[in-house]
Amino acid sequence: MAKVLATLLADLKIEEAINFVQKSLDEGVDPLAILVDAKEGMKIVGERFADSTYFIPDLVFSGEILKRITEILEPHMKAAKGVETEKIGKVVLGTVKGDIHDIGKDMVVFMLEISGFEVIDLGIDVPEQKFVDAIKESGATVVGLSGFLTLAFESMKETIEAFKAAGLRDQIKVMIGGGQIDNQVKIFTGADAFGLDAMAAVKLANQWIGG
Amino acid sequence: MKKDWKELTAEERQEARFERWLAGEGLDFASPEAKASYQRKITRFKDVVQLKKAPDRVPVFPFHTFMPVSLFGVLPGEVMRDGEKLVSVWRRYLAEYKPDYYISPGLVLNHAPLEKLGYILYRLPGKGVDEKYPYQCVEGEYMTADEYEALIEDPSDFFLRTYLPRICDALKPFQFFPPLTGLLELPCMGPTLIALGTPEMQSALQALMDAGKAAFEWGGHIGAFEKEAQEQGHLNGAGGISKAPFDVLGDTIRGTRAIMMDMYMRKDLLLKALERLTPLMIKLGVSGPNISGNPIVFMPLHKGADGFMSDEQFKTFYWPFLKEVILGLIEEGCVPFLFAEGGYNSRLEYLNELPKGRCVWMFDKTDMIKAKEVVGGTTCIAGNVPITTILSGTPEQVKEICKGLIDVAGKGGGYIMASGCSMDEGKPDTIHAMIDFTKEYGMYK
Repeated sequence: MAKVLATLLADLKIEEAINFVQKSLDEGVDPLAILVDAKEGMKIVGERFADSTYFIPDLVFSGEILKRITEILEPHMKAAKGVETEKIGKVVLGTVKGDIHDIGKDMVVFMLEISGFEVIDLGIDVPEQKFVDAIKESGATVVGLSGFLTLAFESMKETIEAFKAAGLRDQIKVMIGGGQIDNQVKIFTGADAFGLDAMAAVKLANQWIGG
Repeated sequence: MKKDWKELTAEERQEARFERWLAGEGLDFASPEAKASYQRKITRFKDVVQLKKAPDRVPVFPFHTFMPVSLFGVLPGEVMRDGEKLVSVWRRYLAEYKPDYYISPGLVLNHAPLEKLGYILYRLPGKGVDEKYPYQCVEGEYMTADEYEALIEDPSDFFLRTYLPRICDALKPFQFFPPLTGLLELPCMGPTLIALGTPEMQSALQALMDAGKAAFEWGGHIGAFEKEAQEQGHLNGAGGISKAPFDVLGDTIRGTRAIMMDMYMRKDLLLKALERLTPLMIKLGVSGPNISGNPIVFMPLHKGADGFMSDEQFKTFYWPFLKEVILGLIEEGCVPFLFAEGGYNSRLEYLNELPKGRCVWMFDKTDMIKAKEVVGGTTCIAGNVPITTILSGTPEQVKEICKGLIDVAGKGGGYIMASGCSMDEGKPDTIHAMIDFTKEYGMYK
């Protein structure tokens, strides 16, 4: 039974997946168990994205299916008996100061979340202090800085300097990504690593937290 | 007898457009040297595009938006408010750096008309983003999913009465304005004419008048600069602009997320809309060269890049419509200058479906060895100098990269030295290195 929903979601069968969720609820299946299965399906979506079977439209669409499933389950969650899966760790993420692009950042947030991380998404045009506060507040050990335009190089550098000034640099790992980011920018900004796509962020987070 | 435009083949039309450009109608050259420089740059461009023979040397085009501004320590916000300051920066850039081709300051635009329109599609320096940053587009769903049919039925009407009121606060009253077809015949003109007179519409029309006035004044600076620059032997690198239909819809109408949902949820409508936009993008592209006399039509490409969509999706939603726009422009004798942002490694084979020697494909992160190998026989390629090296590297590193590009991509012609992206910023030493080294090392014997 459990595999059915995961497979439907992984194959992006929106109607079948939603009907299945509805039917399962009617049959008295624990909503949390359904959600766990849906997340299992999302994991497969992530794997397919990683091996280039799926691309951004497929990822966006899978997100929509999950959203609809969650909306159906929401009113029933109080009756849930199961326990939600534990998060692997916390990641603070945002598009740096001056840059208002969010498509790439949102992809990374999405992939990290379906891979089991708790993501504190600070949004776009995020000033240094907001990152610093979020790290202190959450105790996150991984920070992701996103930026599409070249102005982000300088902002990333300043943000990482702010981490140093706040005495946080040794407690965290910083990854950067987006647009023109490459190894040269990694060196320029003082980040620990850079990634070319959302999967790279998941790999790095796993390496740093999971490893 | 001179043949009528309709009777000319695509090749003859391209020749005719190059001839018109070379003739420089209305230009009063500063000196015979300036005229020779202007014409040499056009011939160099023609040779590199047509692939019939190698040009005299590799042309160099440091592709940019605000880059000249950053070279002289001026802020984007300053030049967007001051037309004279804007063109004076460009004058300095051309005089000191001497690139083969430049991007017009006209692309920078002016605050005043945008403010009068209450334009919200972009955040402007000093208005939404800091003075030191370039303008940036605000992602959003500016057309809802249930408006596809309206767009398909009558795109102009959709733009006028639905889209513009959403991206320009001052034009909101247009959403209540009746369709212009109401002006069909005298007896039915009443409602439309009266609607023009409502206080709301009057203020929207006034905003348009004010925006137009401000833009016209600013355009005076641009026009005078362009004339003067060509007369001194510099060459504007673009005569018009167009886009891939998928990007038109996905960038600023439906938005990235929504169009990707549409690929699944309303495939037929999306395909119909793309088909509807295709001839409009050809028309838009051709209109530039018809006015400017410069045949190059710049086309920035976004969502068809490697990793953005699968090959199947590219084949279904992106390429057929883009190809039709490119072919339509070629048919009219224009030179489509496609800027493939991101990587295009997985799409290269498609480019061979295009006729030989008619386009430029500027690449960002595409493997240039592979690009030369796969499409070098079909199209001129350009670009690939990493902006990261330009901004944080040394002149030596830039020269090394340029040397590699000239040796491989420039072998036998068919390559234009250019940055991998449209530069918002630059660094004097590395920009000089890119231009000067190419001029010196890029000579063909």
